[in-house]
Amino acid sequence: MTATDSSVATRPASPNTSGPRRETVFEAKDITKVYHMGEVDVHALRGVELTLLESEFLVLLGPSGSGKSTLLNILGGLDVPTAGHVMYRGRDLTTAEERELTDYRRRHVGFVFQFYNLIPSLTARENVALVTDIAEHPLEAAEALAMVDLADRLDHFPAQLSGGEQQRVAIARAIAKRPDVLLCDEPTGALDISTGIVVLEAIERINSELGTATAVITHNAAVSGMADLVITLSDGHIGSVRTNDQKVSARELEW
Amino acid sequence: MQAINRKLLRDLWHVKGQAIAISLVIAVGVVMLIMYSSAFDSLHRSQTSYYERQRFADVFVTLKRAPLRLRDRIANIDGVAQVETRVVVDVTLDVEGLSEPATGRLISIPARRRAMLNDVVIRRGRYIDGTRPDEVIVNEAFALAHDLTPGDTVTAVINGRRRDLEVVGFGLSPEYIYTIRPGELIPDDTRFGVFWMERRALASAFNMEGGFNDVTLSLMPGAREEEVIQHLDTLIESYGGFGAIPRSLQLSHWSLSQELNGLQGVGQVVPLIFLSIAAFLLNVVLTRMVSVQREQIAALKALGYANAAIGWHYTKWALAIALTGAVIGTAGGAAMGNAMMTIYNDFFEFPALTYRLLPSVVVSGVVISLLAGVIGAATAVRRAVRLPPAEAMRPQPPARYRVSLVERLGIQGLLSQPARIVLRNIQRQPVRSLASVTGIAFSVAMLIAGTFSLDAMDEMMDVQFSVAQHQDVTVTFVEAASAAARHELQRLPGVLTVEPTRSIPARLRFGSRSRQLAISGLPEVPRLSRVLEVTDLSPVTLPPDGLVVSRKLAEILAIDRGDVVRVEILLGARPVREVVVADVVKEYMGLSAYMEINSLRRLLRESETLSGGFITVDPSRLDALYRVLKATPVVAGVTLKGAALESFEETFAENINVMIFFNVLFAGIIACGVVYNAARMSLSERSRELASLRVIGFTRAEISSILLGELAVLTCVAIPVGLLVGYGLAALVVTLFDTELYSFPLAVAPRTYALSTLAVLTATVLSGLLVRRKLDSLGLVEVLKTRE
Repeated sequence: MTATDSSVATRPASPNTSGPRRETVFEAKDITKVYHMGEVDVHALRGVELTLLESEFLVLLGPSGSGKSTLLNILGGLDVPTAGHVMYRGRDLTTAEERELTDYRRRHVGFVFQFYNLIPSLTARENVALVTDIAEHPLEAAEALAMVDLADRLDHFPAQLSGGEQQRVAIARAIAKRPDVLLCDEPTGALDISTGIVVLEAIERINSELGTATAVITHNAAVSGMADLVITLSDGHIGSVRTNDQKVSARELEW
Repeated sequence: MQAINRKLLRDLWHVKGQAIAISLVIAVGVVMLIMYSSAFDSLHRSQTSYYERQRFADVFVTLKRAPLRLRDRIANIDGVAQVETRVVVDVTLDVEGLSEPATGRLISIPARRRAMLNDVVIRRGRYIDGTRPDEVIVNEAFALAHDLTPGDTVTAVINGRRRDLEVVGFGLSPEYIYTIRPGELIPDDTRFGVFWMERRALASAFNMEGGFNDVTLSLMPGAREEEVIQHLDTLIESYGGFGAIPRSLQLSHWSLSQELNGLQGVGQVVPLIFLSIAAFLLNVVLTRMVSVQREQIAALKALGYANAAIGWHYTKWALAIALTGAVIGTAGGAAMGNAMMTIYNDFFEFPALTYRLLPSVVVSGVVISLLAGVIGAATAVRRAVRLPPAEAMRPQPPARYRVSLVERLGIQGLLSQPARIVLRNIQRQPVRSLASVTGIAFSVAMLIAGTFSLDAMDEMMDVQFSVAQHQDVTVTFVEAASAAARHELQRLPGVLTVEPTRSIPARLRFGSRSRQLAISGLPEVPRLSRVLEVTDLSPVTLPPDGLVVSRKLAEILAIDRGDVVRVEILLGARPVREVVVADVVKEYMGLSAYMEINSLRRLLRESETLSGGFITVDPSRLDALYRVLKATPVVAGVTLKGAALESFEETFAENINVMIFFNVLFAGIIACGVVYNAARMSLSERSRELASLRVIGFTRAEISSILLGELAVLTCVAIPVGLLVGYGLAALVVTLFDTELYSFPLAVAPRTYALSTLAVLTATVLSGLLVRRKLDSLGLVEVLKTRE
């Protein structure tokens, strides 16, 4: 394991880069985000740089308020930085219009949220169908749910599912469009250890089997063992960047 | 089905109570719209086709007597298409089973049927046989009122002799769609009948052979009505013409037009009120829904749903509710429009008054309700569209509260903790609270406006028949009589007092405006037929000189006290006089002009003449009086106060009750819709807070009092406002129904205020109980676990 400490992410050599040359998915340059909350300005991000490659697994660590979610939302096209640029496969997301951002999210991004954000009035299958209805070459809803081991829960409503199951529905929903990037905001934050591991396994599988570039926010340092790349944020700065020589599978994680 | 639409359906199902409540409010608006528009359309269409088929005339005039040769000269007036000269006479009838005398109008028709103006439609039986002089066709309503069948006879007193007229057919004419005796305010099918009789038979009975006393004519397209009337009046002046009137002033047509105008006016205003309330309710519910679904919206946006798609999703909510309302409303409106036609069939005599619902009316109903839906949804939809997804992911910050105004008054110590919560919550959402107050107030107001017509009618009847009219019988002579006639009236059996009257036909002219009517000459302070200023019910003293006119007439002529009007007297030498308007009084019914009787006689250069009298009668001798009156040739008409009152109540009471039932129903729908929605909103927003209170030890009753207390406060504020607005709305109704025929008094009885308040309180309590049930089943643990 190698680690560097710098406020700007200088990317250490990753073991993966030694293989066939992979394309850059995200390239963030000096992004800053300032929120105006009433009379105070909150600096959520202060000049963050990062690069994410195809099929890479990134874990973002950091205490709450460190800017993790803001960074993820900007990568996912849900938010725009106050300054700086984010390139997705060469396209500048920061200058994109709302319509283009929607299109970007629709075609390329799979989101998983801490509180699942399922539509309570729709069954598991229908929640996934929300995405397959509008995506271009989606998986079958049932197929996506099978990938997260929920083939027998297709017609259950969120209220009839456990927290872990709900989060897996959310993952199925995120991957059903065959996204190029999977962005997960504290996917295990509301779950206990064993359920959390089941959910992480699902994410791990998507990352390795579909080759989806994946970014996972967590404040649980143990999760970082799964990652190719671990970035720690604190107070809007990048605290540290390290790469894992030896990835651990989700099943082997302990916390 | 797309998953997002499935979400729509399930979400709607989840709030079905509120959705139905709003749909019903929309439905009520659409019912009104469809009912009034379709009734207007059906009535108007029936009128038009009836007029066309039966060749309803364009100009009408009566005269004393003119020779037949004048007919050609009339026909030669520029612009005249067809002329009909007739003999028209009013006679006293003695009808079997009716002790009092009735009035019959005899109208001449040709011996052999031909296409004439105001042609008669034979409803039953046949046309007259020209060789049998006693055969008549009678208007259907009179025949039905007396259970006549063809072959029955009716006795008419013609020139002092009783003559049996044989009914051979029942007929209708566009001239008598609304059959009312001139000078009266209320139709009375039992005591007024129209009879069509062979011309020579009728002429010989009244010395009209070789002459006529009535002209109707139709105009050529593009003819100038005013000019034709002027020509006609000049031509017949020397034959005692009473002044020609255009179709627009013909009594039956005019009454029907007043009704049509009323339908149109109400049909344009009332539905809008309901639809505005519905839009407001939709706005409240949908805004709440968007706020509840904040994170769902964020997720949908993150999944790649475009803003437009999200906006459309929530717009569809409103559209679904509006469409449901439109469908229910269209069905209801069609049913009520149809029912209205049945009512109109009692009022108006049409050969075929059929109900028709135009597709364009349905379309406009649907479009307007969808529009109301979209307007109601607008702010909520905008909020959903503008919701930044990244921000929506985070839980909503706690709502901002402040110490309430009431508390800052320094009585904080007096308020319990729950009372403070109630007050702060009302104050935190001033717009919503205000809107709820408006909604509740409006349902109170609706109830008042919908039911006060009973009070108005009571007041009108009371004023007209108890305060103003003290006579039992009104007798009208065929010709003005000398002073002796007064004594003869006095000598009739059972007569207690007699008040003479002199009434003359005249045309009042002021500037370019004119109106034809009867000027009534009455004693200085009439004791029997009183002239009242209805605003304070004070009896009016007729000044020694000058006219006293009703406010409605003053409006039509644009005259006021002190103006000098030209009075063209349509009698004898047809003198024209200038008379000053001495007073304008407000009356409830009809158009009137009064003069002190001697001053009127001076105007005519007459002395002591009278054209009739108002009399009071010993009730035990009424039948004897009627027997004499039926056989008195100089008596042209007899009006009985009791009969008029009875007939009025019969016609109106039933229909008014139906209207009131629906108004109460509709207002109830609004009250429930507003209150129930307000309560559900509060519950939805505050279930967490209330559950938390339960967890820390508050009882169910205590948390109910917090939630329902807010409703109670809003309702208490709303009711007085509603009473005020109701009075205003009643004033609006009075204005909308202010026709030349009636002007309804703005009289709202305390009973009406009390009942409206009670009805809304009931609706509030019921809605509160419904919500209370939900409150009792509040799952404490579940509520606390879920994140708002």
